[in-house]
Amino acid sequence: MTGKKIRVLVAKPGLDGHDRGAKVVARALRDAGMEVIYTGLRQTPEMIAEAALQEDVDVVGLSILSGAHMALVPRVLELLRANGQGHVKVFVGGIIPDEDVPRLKELGVYAVYGPGTSTEQIVRDIREAVEGVVPQA
Amino acid sequence: MDLVHSALQGDRLALARLLTQVENETDEGRAALIRLFPQTGRAHWIGVTGAPGTGKSSLVNQLTLHYRREGRQVAVLAVDPSSPFSGGAILGDRVRMRDLAGDPGVFIRSMASRGSLGGLAQATAAMAQVFDAVGYDILLIETVGAGQGEVDIARLAHTTLVVEAPGLGDDIQAIKAGILEIADILVLNKADRPGVESTERALHSMLSLAHPTRRVVRHHGRWETVNEAALPTSEQMWIPPIQRTVATEGKGIVELIGHIAAHAEHLRRSGEWAARERARLRSEVEALLQKALMARFRAAVPQAKFEAVLQRVHERSLSPWEAVQLLVDGRWG
Ligand SMILES: Nc1nc2c(ncn2[C@@H]2O[C@H](COP(=O)(O)OP(=O)(O)OP(=O)(O)O)[C@@H](O)[C@H]2O)c(=O)[nH]1
Ligand SMILES: [Mg+2]
Repeated sequence: MTGKKIRVLVAKPGLDGHDRGAKVVARALRDAGMEVIYTGLRQTPEMIAEAALQEDVDVVGLSILSGAHMALVPRVLELLRANGQGHVKVFVGGIIPDEDVPRLKELGVYAVYGPGTSTEQIVRDIREAVEGVVPQA
Repeated sequence: MDLVHSALQGDRLALARLLTQVENETDEGRAALIRLFPQTGRAHWIGVTGAPGTGKSSLVNQLTLHYRREGRQVAVLAVDPSSPFSGGAILGDRVRMRDLAGDPGVFIRSMASRGSLGGLAQATAAMAQVFDAVGYDILLIETVGAGQGEVDIARLAHTTLVVEAPGLGDDIQAIKAGILEIADILVLNKADRPGVESTERALHSMLSLAHPTRRVVRHHGRWETVNEAALPTSEQMWIPPIQRTVATEGKGIVELIGHIAAHAEHLRRSGEWAARERARLRSEVEALLQKALMARFRAAVPQAKFEAVLQRVHERSLSPWEAVQLLVDGRWG
């Protein structure tokens, strides 16, 4: 088969131990025709950046419930850039206090999602981020 | 940036991007394959296949750890099916390979089958060739053994491991003889689970069906094969051994590595290694030829003429055989 597919790494950095949300998102992205590389729980930023590189992904989605996002996310962004993958779009989902959202976006995060976000929204945003167009519904 | 040059120098980002170009069958990808081809043919391609959840990724993880201790460079190509509905995929094999993180001598790439049956083996071979060319000497290809596509991929490998696990109960019948026929080594993983004995028995009897000339007997409580020892080494057949493993604990891995090495040795000594390479390259050339001839033919025959011939077939005034003869002879009118 030829043609480009959007490739997304879905990762769960930090120590919190459940990935139900991440799996729901992974399935939704698959159902939207994307190829999702799922790496499982307790990933270090180094592991995430390495996987993003080997898999040549367009997008990294981080699911963080532990509250450690201000430590983890900048590190992931830094490593991606250091590896020559500054073009990769980073999305963050989980329990992120409102006041941290602008800070994360300033650092280069494309979008931040709270627990109530619809998967349709996420799919739309990823398409927009990667393909640079808002797809017609 | 010259991806091929950089990848050959060991640049991992360049390698990753090259793999994407090859996977997407872009012109750049094809040009890269052409340049890399002379460097291929050095790696040992090892296929790891079996039913979902039997422990293939966990085994790949362990095998890789082992080969790394021997100083070998290991590439892993983990193939998972694409959804036939959306064309998307969830590629989850890395979850079981986290021990390999941070090792610059390992490169893991996940790949979706993208729904093309015949093409999958070709696409996988192309990806594998890239790894081979840039200097990985062990190449582990994981596929879910379900259909023809996976069997075709297994045929790419020099050595194919078929992974089974106990607890399938009577479903052991579901292990198709077809999948056993492609096995060079049978891995009975999850040997810590109840039911290993009966699964092993079932595998033995199926194996002797699949390889009728290879008699297997029970001797002092152990399964052994007979009628081979008398033959000179060069004429000995390869009898797929059955190796128990517990991938989660690394048990049986040393023995499994031993079987893999013995198989490679057997292939080289018997001339089978070269024969397999030749067969694989032949089918690769044939597949490309088929594509190219089809494309040339479709470019030569005006669409309307082609449709007109089809219409005559539809009206039953021409059989499909006559139609093809007409088209191939250029007598479409
Ligand atoms: N008890 C036991 N569990 C194992 C063993 N090997 C693997 N597992 C477990 O079996 C499950 C599946 O293992 P994987 O390695 O992902 O199996 P797989 O064949 O790659 O699975 P798919 O790629 O989804 O087809 C995981 O929960 C493993 O921890 C083993 O030897 N013993
Ligand atoms: Mg697997």
